Amino acid sequence: MTILKAEGISAGYTELDILQKVSIKVKSGQIVSIIGPNGAGKSTLLKTIFGILKPREGHITLRDEDITGLKPNKVARKGISYVPQVSNVFPSLTIRENLEMGAFIRDDDFRGRMEEIYDLFPTLREKRNQKAGQLSGGQRQMVAMGRALMLDPVLLLLDEPSAGLAPLLVSTIFEKIADINNTGVSIAIVEQNAKEALKMADHGYVLAMGRNVLDDDGKSLLDNEDVAKLYLGG
Amino acid sequence: MEMGSVVAYLVSLVIMASIYGVFCLGLNIQWGYTGLFNIGIAGFFCIGAYTSAMITTPVPSGIMAQYVHQLFGLDMPFIFGLIGAAIMCGLVALFIGIPTLRLSEDYLAIATLGIAETVRLIFNNERWLANGPQGLMGLPQPLHSLVAGRNYDYVYLVIVLIVMIVVYLLIEKGIRSPWGRVLRAIREDELSASASGKNVVRFKMQSLIFGSMVMGVGGALYAHYTKAISPDVFTPLYGTFIIWVMLMAGGSGNNKGALLGAYVIWGIWIGSDLLMDMLPDAIRDKGPYLRFLIVGILLEVILLYRPQGILGEEKTVSKL
Amino acid sequence: MAELFVYGIVLGSIISLGAIGLTLVYGIVRLANFAHGEFMTAGAYVALLFVGVILPWLGVPDTTFGPFSFGWRMLIAFPVSMAAVAFIGIFFDRLLYKKLRVKNSSAVILAMSSLGASFIIRMIILIITGPDYRFYRPGVMRPAIQLPLGIKIRPDEIFILALVVVLVVLLHFFLQKTKMGKAMRATADNTELALISGIDTEAIVMWTWGIGGGLAAAAGVLYGIDVQIDPGMGWNFLIPLFAAAILGGIGNMYGALAGGLIIGIVEQLSTAVLLPTYKLAVAFVIMILILFIRPAGIFGGGNK
Repeated sequence: MTILKAEGISAGYTELDILQKVSIKVKSGQIVSIIGPNGAGKSTLLKTIFGILKPREGHITLRDEDITGLKPNKVARKGISYVPQVSNVFPSLTIRENLEMGAFIRDDDFRGRMEEIYDLFPTLREKRNQKAGQLSGGQRQMVAMGRALMLDPVLLLLDEPSAGLAPLLVSTIFEKIADINNTGVSIAIVEQNAKEALKMADHGYVLAMGRNVLDDDGKSLLDNEDVAKLYLGG
Repeated sequence: MEMGSVVAYLVSLVIMASIYGVFCLGLNIQWGYTGLFNIGIAGFFCIGAYTSAMITTPVPSGIMAQYVHQLFGLDMPFIFGLIGAAIMCGLVALFIGIPTLRLSEDYLAIATLGIAETVRLIFNNERWLANGPQGLMGLPQPLHSLVAGRNYDYVYLVIVLIVMIVVYLLIEKGIRSPWGRVLRAIREDELSASASGKNVVRFKMQSLIFGSMVMGVGGALYAHYTKAISPDVFTPLYGTFIIWVMLMAGGSGNNKGALLGAYVIWGIWIGSDLLMDMLPDAIRDKGPYLRFLIVGILLEVILLYRPQGILGEEKTVSKL
Repeated sequence: MAELFVYGIVLGSIISLGAIGLTLVYGIVRLANFAHGEFMTAGAYVALLFVGVILPWLGVPDTTFGPFSFGWRMLIAFPVSMAAVAFIGIFFDRLLYKKLRVKNSSAVILAMSSLGASFIIRMIILIITGPDYRFYRPGVMRPAIQLPLGIKIRPDEIFILALVVVLVVLLHFFLQKTKMGKAMRATADNTELALISGIDTEAIVMWTWGIGGGLAAAAGVLYGIDVQIDPGMGWNFLIPLFAAAILGGIGNMYGALAGGLIIGIVEQLSTAVLLPTYKLAVAFVIMILILFIRPAGIFGGGNK
């Protein structure tokens, strides 16, 4: 079943569109990786899906419901969570409070969910009363993802989760992402680290200059010579 | 009302509006071109006026010395009063600018407010400085000997207009120079301006200083028009707020707009005074408050619906 | 000297209430509220309206409580005035600042708008009441209590200290323990992320104005109880409020509390050598010094 469909999206920050009629699809339970050079519009695509930007044209459908143009807090209520690349925690709040904020729009008792997040990221349980601003980069990334997961989303959007992390931490993060996916959450990742992103991807999209260039299942993209030459160097 | 006194009344209107026009020109350098938020104009108004007053009058002697206290008195001609006022204000601007210009705009605003309030307190309480609350009187007027007392205002009108036009032309020249272009680039996008290697703080400082010097000249013009100044003249309302409304109304970033705003708002101000005179006593007593309330509301309306003012920002010849 | 110090704490606690509200508004709404002083004035006058006009008309008795200079009327008027100014703050936000926010107006335009609002509020008060100063209870001041070290303090002033402590503790619990309070801190930390998390940031803004306005009103009423009520009182507090907020690190509520106390104490100590009218100049000098030495404030080091 297709969880998310973004069709013919054109969007940008000014009158100039960065994205030109881009389309992607995420099927239920999939990890979809979006790769491509800098400035390709990958982050812009995630922001548009989440409602931070309004698309000039195109449609976004979540499980058959049209969510084009909805504001972020409404999109969050529909079941999508978004983890921005930078500035993705509340630094002066503790880890626990960060997670609580993630559950802000939930009316129910979310403590069970919090325990599940702590199971997923044991370090966070250990440091739960520490201020998020005092954590290391890798720990902060986990807090950022934990916050997003508190809503029990059906779809998680991750913007460059491995950015700025040491190589050892990069594999840890990607392991965690796989763990999250195993709990049934569909994931769309935008990544500079194309190799790792494609390794775990069920499906991959290559974007360049704001357009779709190529898409295929993850393994085929990894084996693709052109892709390897252009995008898998680093 | 006889014709003569109508004309005289209009002349006094235009003199005051033109003096405020000079202030608007100064504020326009700081705000219109560089985006600096100076809400202590009254302080520069005060310092300019008093500096010119003390440069152009002698230290009181004889019996007068018992009643009038003055820190210094140079008894020099009017033009030196103007120059001294400008220099003094420039120095004060430098003093405030050093700690605040590298920080966000709000800090400069609060610092300028603080200076204005502090300066007023000092002039009001330190009698040895400039006669405290009674202020200084009998300030000389340039070229007074030229005409009969009743007609002096025409002379002063010409003087004020000349100063205003000279200041206007100087600023126009400065704005079209490379220096002026950097200022505007800073207001548009500070990050890019500093990324392209310009020392942003230094330009802001220059803008702050030049604008304040112009305001000092305005203060001097005021002092020699009214011939008497005291601390309670330089209030936040008359000395700062009304000038902001003038500039925002006329068009910030536009020297013609600055002058237009001064004339329009001063006209509204005087007009509302005449209007009040026709209303019943109970309302007339609240006159100044009602008029300032209207001016305040006018500012909000401008900010909400036409922040660029009547003329809007000047379309300039070249962009950076 | 000790007495000046003690009174400085009283004055400082009043300044703190105002500074806390100011710093909250700055941190969350991103607005340097130049009308914050007038919120204090408005609070004092609303209380005066109730104590002097409305409550007597309603038949509330004039009795005072023990050694204090106030009684039932003030007890009722106090929270009413806090609510009134909370409402005024929210009202101006809806009327002016929200519209400017939607237009993406710069921080300076917002501050300018608040400056205009401050004059509007003050003119309205002047139109209604005129320029004279007034008291909640004209007449004889309550006698002072003798404390050790030759310090005299009025019972009213002890009440002021106690009330400020209560309000600050309440605010602390609100910010630390309640969902809305945490959301306010989150929004101050990272407004974008708060939006992404689904927090209704406009509701947060309303709460912030409500709390900021309420605290400012409280400060105004307390000052009115202690000293007097006049239309310029709030404007004269504006510099000390900003100085306290900057001293404590702008955006930091606890910093504003400490900053307010320090400013109050230094202001009061300065009266040993300077005229009392210079107090706000003293606050200004402290502020300039802090901007020279450590612009982030004593407790600053925030993430802006």
